[in-house]
Amino acid sequence: MAIPAKLRAPGWYRAALYDVIGFAFAFGLTVLVRWLMHEHPIIDGNAITIVALIAVPLFFLVGLGTADYWFYWISGRPTRPEDHSSHGAHTWRDYFRVNTDHKVIGIQYTVTSFFFLLVGGLLAMLIRAQLAKPGMQFLTPEQYNGVFSVHATVLIFLFVIPVFAGLANFVLPLMIGAPDMAFPRLNALSFWLLPLAGLMMLMSFLAPGGSFAAGWTAYAPLSTTMPLGQLFFSIAVQLAGASSIATALNFLVTIITMRAPGMSFFRMPLLVWANFSTSLLVVIATPFIAASQFFVLLDTALHFHFFDAFVGAGKNGNVIMYQHVFWFYSHPAVYIMMLPGFGIISEVIAVKSRKPIFGYRMMAFSLLAIVVLGFTVWAHHMFVSGMSPWIRIPMMITTAIIAVPTGIKIFSWLATLWRGVLHLDTPMLFALGFLTMFTLGGISGVMLAMIPFDIHVSQTYFIVAHIHYVLFGGSLFTIFAGVYYWFPKMTGRMFDERLGKWHFWMTFIFFNLTFGPMHLIGIQGMPRRVAEYADKFAAWNLFISLSSFVLGASTLIFLYNIAASWRWGPRAAANPWRAMTLEWQVSSPPPIFNFDAVPTVVGGPYEYGVPGAVHGIFKPPAEARPVTAGAAGATAGGGRTGGGSGGEHH
Amino acid sequence: MGLIGAIGIIIGIPLALSIPWFPATGSSQADRIHTLYNVLLIVSVPIFVLVETVVLYSVWKFRMKPGQEEMDGPPIHGNTRLEVIWTAIPAILLVSLCGYAYSVLRSNEQTHPGAMVVTVTERQFAFQFSYPAAGGKEILSPTLYLPKGQPVVFHLRSLDVIHSFFVPEFSVKLDAVPGITTTLRVTPTRLGNYPAECTELCGAGHSLMRAPVHVVTPTAFRTWLVHQKPGGPPPIGVSPPAALNSGQPGYASGSSGSGGSSGGSG
Repeated sequence: MAIPAKLRAPGWYRAALYDVIGFAFAFGLTVLVRWLMHEHPIIDGNAITIVALIAVPLFFLVGLGTADYWFYWISGRPTRPEDHSSHGAHTWRDYFRVNTDHKVIGIQYTVTSFFFLLVGGLLAMLIRAQLAKPGMQFLTPEQYNGVFSVHATVLIFLFVIPVFAGLANFVLPLMIGAPDMAFPRLNALSFWLLPLAGLMMLMSFLAPGGSFAAGWTAYAPLSTTMPLGQLFFSIAVQLAGASSIATALNFLVTIITMRAPGMSFFRMPLLVWANFSTSLLVVIATPFIAASQFFVLLDTALHFHFFDAFVGAGKNGNVIMYQHVFWFYSHPAVYIMMLPGFGIISEVIAVKSRKPIFGYRMMAFSLLAIVVLGFTVWAHHMFVSGMSPWIRIPMMITTAIIAVPTGIKIFSWLATLWRGVLHLDTPMLFALGFLTMFTLGGISGVMLAMIPFDIHVSQTYFIVAHIHYVLFGGSLFTIFAGVYYWFPKMTGRMFDERLGKWHFWMTFIFFNLTFGPMHLIGIQGMPRRVAEYADKFAAWNLFISLSSFVLGASTLIFLYNIAASWRWGPRAAANPWRAMTLEWQVSSPPPIFNFDAVPTVVGGPYEYGVPGAVHGIFKPPAEARPVTAGAAGATAGGGRTGGGSGGEHH
Repeated sequence: MGLIGAIGIIIGIPLALSIPWFPATGSSQADRIHTLYNVLLIVSVPIFVLVETVVLYSVWKFRMKPGQEEMDGPPIHGNTRLEVIWTAIPAILLVSLCGYAYSVLRSNEQTHPGAMVVTVTERQFAFQFSYPAAGGKEILSPTLYLPKGQPVVFHLRSLDVIHSFFVPEFSVKLDAVPGITTTLRVTPTRLGNYPAECTELCGAGHSLMRAPVHVVTPTAFRTWLVHQKPGGPPPIGVSPPAALNSGQPGYASGSSGSGGSSGGSG
């Protein structure tokens, strides 16, 4: 029997077929093992689901074609290293295939992440609808716990972390003058793991007993006594984590080995430094959350009894061990969700102020300081957990000290603004909004480091306020700044500036009206993660809910602007911002292999205002080397305006 | 610009302090924590005002004007003295705040020889408070009664998942962790009725896991106590806190010796 070509070639048909095979495999394996172990009933829906959750995504990835090259190589069949049939996008369909072009993957990542931003945002609207009045509205407590758990999980693992990976995927190889990432096929696999993880989290709503509802923290032993939906989280996080780690390794190798001639570490743009630092955090920390969720998975599915404090005579509080392992990832994770944003802000503020970044080296060193210190503060999430009391003291001191490198960054950005020529367009407004919001989030962070105050506000709405000031006012504002800033480069079109400003002001104002009052109700004692609250918090909660609906609606302006501009916006020039970094020296969008000629880097990335300064030129190193200060002036025009790579691509 | 900043600080600090942040000050711990928070506000306002003043002044003064479209700013790459200052001053400030916070923590967790022991047993989704009574028996109550001015040591236990015990007016909270006993110290200083809340997500009934707290005069407390009937042995899964009241500062965890006897399951 001949298998149709469509089912043999990599793609969606084969992926669907492999999904069926994967499910059959999970079904067969489970039934076989249960028969051998004399378990009754032999066909158990929960057991089959758990095995299928692991098997089906892996079969899907193979079916889609993420591993074809590797299988060819393993089996000794001829590989096709120079076949670029899966590289670059010519039609929209190419974005729905396994594609090895970092620019395609960057857009795949970014668009997918924004889809999950919308999902997470809609879940937030449900949360605020429920909390608009005391007394149950329309969600049961179980549903409510599920909604806020999925809200947090989706926005952390499927939005903030991957959207930064997506933006960097597009921009970073261009910035360092590389034709692609170091491992393009691994890059494609990293991306395709993501939608699977996201869908799995959302599908948990369909599981018997509802979605996972133990918070994104999934503290044992609550999580290990939850219905099946909890394991959708445990397994989905493994997929998202694997994606993170693979991408981080890819960034590290790319940054270390693929920089253009002349681009020393101290000539790298700060976005590259930021992703270098972030990637170090990811590869070191992410295995810990994988471990913590394997604990939950093994405990629930196979009765490992890791956290069952009542088994045996020990009764020694193993449950706190879960929190240590969890936070050893999840504190560095907040820097994973912030450092790339620091990189974006450095790019935007330098270009839009028309000045060099103030204290470039300190900006780079402070990133590395945050990486190191970021691993020494995790137990500040556990000041009221019942852990050994002495641990609190060193964690308080390191938590306070980590504000020093963060402060250096904020002050350096302020000094960069000083005496510049400020272009107050949409990316810059989001950057300045970020400075304000993140300063507030940093201040509440230092307050939370102070153990006695933390004991009062821990697990209250003050924490909800703080986390949204750093992740929404912080990370999301940098993401918006970055998306607007690189939109012309990514799409070849200009966005609508007027709508962008509307989007900024709506978001900025209603963000503060939504999350600002949460500080107050938190200190007054309203616990977080509640579907119901005391009447004295009613007025503020109504106010917060109404503000949050407008905040949610402001996203529609962004979506319309992006969608309409991508389709109908005016063509973008190669370098509309007059930026010096290399990604702006090629056409918008860039040529399929990025650079027609390998660039040579001859100076720093932010030499705005330095007469005749240039960052990169499109000449081989041998010709570039003799360039002196005077001669650089002659080439400045070419380097600065992007003529070097042939201008318009279309 | 310095003047604008100074005005911002002069207005900002009283404004921040005038907000009624906290519920009533119900314990000596709360008193110290509220003072700590006020100090944090006084330190924070100038930092925020500094950042905002520079941002807003720059936006006003240095925004691109017509004709400057092609202009760049002056190429200032850094200033070592300024960078040393904004590294050193925050570092000194933060370490000082840590020192102050530590002294508050020490005072708040100080042991009192005559402290009254109350065992708080939490389960999905209720609190139970028990007071030691004559003959090794215990007085069990779903409501927490405390005498004003009397230092109290709470021994927190959980029968199932992790819970927490928080009285906002007391400004202290701690998790109740299955398998160990955690210790929390409070000296109520204000008569009144307050809520005790579970603040650690513990399942579907988490939102409504509350208990009433009554801080009464010592005389009223004694009257209440003698009218309670001592119960039988404590509920299954809870062993007497024999090894716990050892006077250690902080919330020392239970020794393994006290745990072996109970065989209940969650």
